[in-house]
Amino acid sequence: MVLGTYKEIVSARATDKQIQKVSQDGGIVTGLLAFALEEKIIEGAVVAGPTDEFWKPEPMVAMSADEIIAAAGTKYTFSPNVMMLKKAVRQYGIEKLGTVAIPCQTMGIRKMQSYPFGVRFLADKIKLLIGIYCMENFPYASLETFISEKMGISMELVEKMDIGKGKFWVYTQDEVLSIPLKETHGYEQSGCNVCLDYVAELGDVSTGSVGSPDGWSTVITRTDGGDSIFKQAVEAGAFETKDIANVKPGLDLLQKLSAQKKEKNQKTIDKRKEMGLPVPF
Amino acid sequence: MSLISKLKGLLGIGAKPANEEPKPAKSGQVGASEQEVEKVAEENAKPRIGYIHLSGCTGDIMSLSENYDILAELLTNMVDIVYGQTLADVWEMPEMDLALVEGSVCLQDEHSLHELMEVREKAAMVCAYGSCSATGCFTRYSRGGQQARPDHESFVPIADLIKVDCAIPGCPPSPEIIAKTVVALINGDMDYLQPMIDLAGMTEGCGCDLQKYVVNQALCIGCGTCAMACQTRAVSMTNGRPEVNGDRCVKCGICYVQCPRSWFPEEQIKKDLGL
Ligand SMILES: Cc1cc2nc3c(=O)[nH]c(=O)nc-3n(C[C@H](O)[C@H](O)[C@H](O)COP(=O)(O)OP(=O)(O)OC[C@H]3O[C@@H](n4cnc5c(N)ncnc54)[C@H](O)[C@@H]3O)c2cc1C
Ligand code: SF4
Ligand code: SF4
Ligand code: SF4
Repeated sequence: MVLGTYKEIVSARATDKQIQKVSQDGGIVTGLLAFALEEKIIEGAVVAGPTDEFWKPEPMVAMSADEIIAAAGTKYTFSPNVMMLKKAVRQYGIEKLGTVAIPCQTMGIRKMQSYPFGVRFLADKIKLLIGIYCMENFPYASLETFISEKMGISMELVEKMDIGKGKFWVYTQDEVLSIPLKETHGYEQSGCNVCLDYVAELGDVSTGSVGSPDGWSTVITRTDGGDSIFKQAVEAGAFETKDIANVKPGLDLLQKLSAQKKEKNQKTIDKRKEMGLPVPF
Repeated sequence: MSLISKLKGLLGIGAKPANEEPKPAKSGQVGASEQEVEKVAEENAKPRIGYIHLSGCTGDIMSLSENYDILAELLTNMVDIVYGQTLADVWEMPEMDLALVEGSVCLQDEHSLHELMEVREKAAMVCAYGSCSATGCFTRYSRGGQQARPDHESFVPIADLIKVDCAIPGCPPSPEIIAKTVVALINGDMDYLQPMIDLAGMTEGCGCDLQKYVVNQALCIGCGTCAMACQTRAVSMTNGRPEVNGDRCVKCGICYVQCPRSWFPEEQIKKDLGL
């Protein structure tokens, strides 16, 4: 299955105006973590928090809705969120934990839950794992190349970055700049080239921008827990939803991109095997 | 069919057991729950388990005993602990279905060597339990010269000396992995146990595995799982890549074992999640 196992797919966005303003797409991640916190489904969440360096995130344990909101928005570089899970439980004393993770991070978390060799008393404390779609990720220096060198503007002027419609976009207060995605090829981390998961197939709930119009997200509910938390949030009015069948570009595009990623990266895997290099999948 | 032949069958030593299908795990389940343990206990024969303590610190068995909620059930109804210094008042090593061996072996200690050879003879399945037994762990740093036995200097993982059937690394292994392993063992769930069987071949562990086998191989994706898993906080993340403090590393091997880019149990994860 090209989109993994799921219960339901909808197009959705957070109803909270404050979240709409700061979120990357429909504010599903921020909205759902904030809802889960308010409903005491979780006591805290690991998110990609801001640092002193522009667009260089650090994993952060958020204990309030304000802290979750402060971490909204996509940073197209590493935030090793998994690293903070243990700290959240041991040092912050969180018994019910939420987190956001790109597909490869969900793999680290789920493997630890199924096989917690050295990781004690953490597996069962993760109550909500929101996966976000991911085509590839970049070292921070690659972002600097795109923005400072290719676009010729300073990182600190950037208010939002986005990948879509074949381009890497940068928004400043009064400008919209872009470079074709072709020019980003070769700058992604090479570990991404063997990745077979686009739509976070192991999340409780997965979300991303592709498939839905600007300002909206495509939401996939997967596990029983994830499905019920998302439905509860919709019922409580935290999200408005639309039938994915009625939105453009809809599921076709999502399926197409996911299939393309799997196909291209499977080729890299096969090539690596031929060369005698190790592959985990 | 007796459990011993069942285990042998599962390990490919003898005939495969007939009509004993592995039971799938309950969907959406991450830990081994009390009900699951009880159900398993009712339905299956009790394996005879022995615990052999070589050059270890007792931390591994402490971890086993941390399964408070299921331990009474485990000890009374699920398994027979037939041997083990801290567990049973037995002097002669009996036949065992499974021997958990804690600690590495000191090559200068005749008694340890003898005990290890005896375990291999008496146990259908030998498990290197804990990282000292599996990878040598911090006994890799031993070099003798201390009182009262300055000659005791060489310590190796047990698989250097005997055939090991499976390994559960960890310094110590988590209580959950022990509970899950025992449940899988009694259920004959070989799919679950396969990684433990594969890990029996991993007799060296070090933080530098991350660099050699993940980063150097163009596989690292900066997820941070290694830094989360390290039990001595020797791993930090710098520019999205693991950085290992060699002075803190005890060579337990856990960072590489937990890394999603070393091996990946996709089927098992989907089963556990109900996907
Ligand atoms: C590297 C990367 C590549 C992506 N590629 C695609 C793609 O190809 N197609 C697609 O549809 N969507 C992609 N996304 C997801 C998309 O950009 C949005 O993150 C997603 O739609 C969530 O939007 P939102 O409004 O619900 O989240 P928001 O409410 O804005 O919250 C975003 C959350 O993501 C966390 N976060 C931000 N950056 C990172 C990071 N680097 N690592 C881990 N967590 C982070 C933040 O802490 C925050 O909690 C990608 C995201 C990343 C990080
Ligand atoms: S493409 Fe895969 S490996 Fe690369 S960052 Fe995204 S999820 Fe991780
Ligand atoms: S656990 Fe993640 S960050 Fe660590 S080496 Fe493996 S892939 Fe890299
Ligand atoms: S870095 Fe940590 S987890 Fe890895 S082998 Fe060393 S002590 Fe063990």
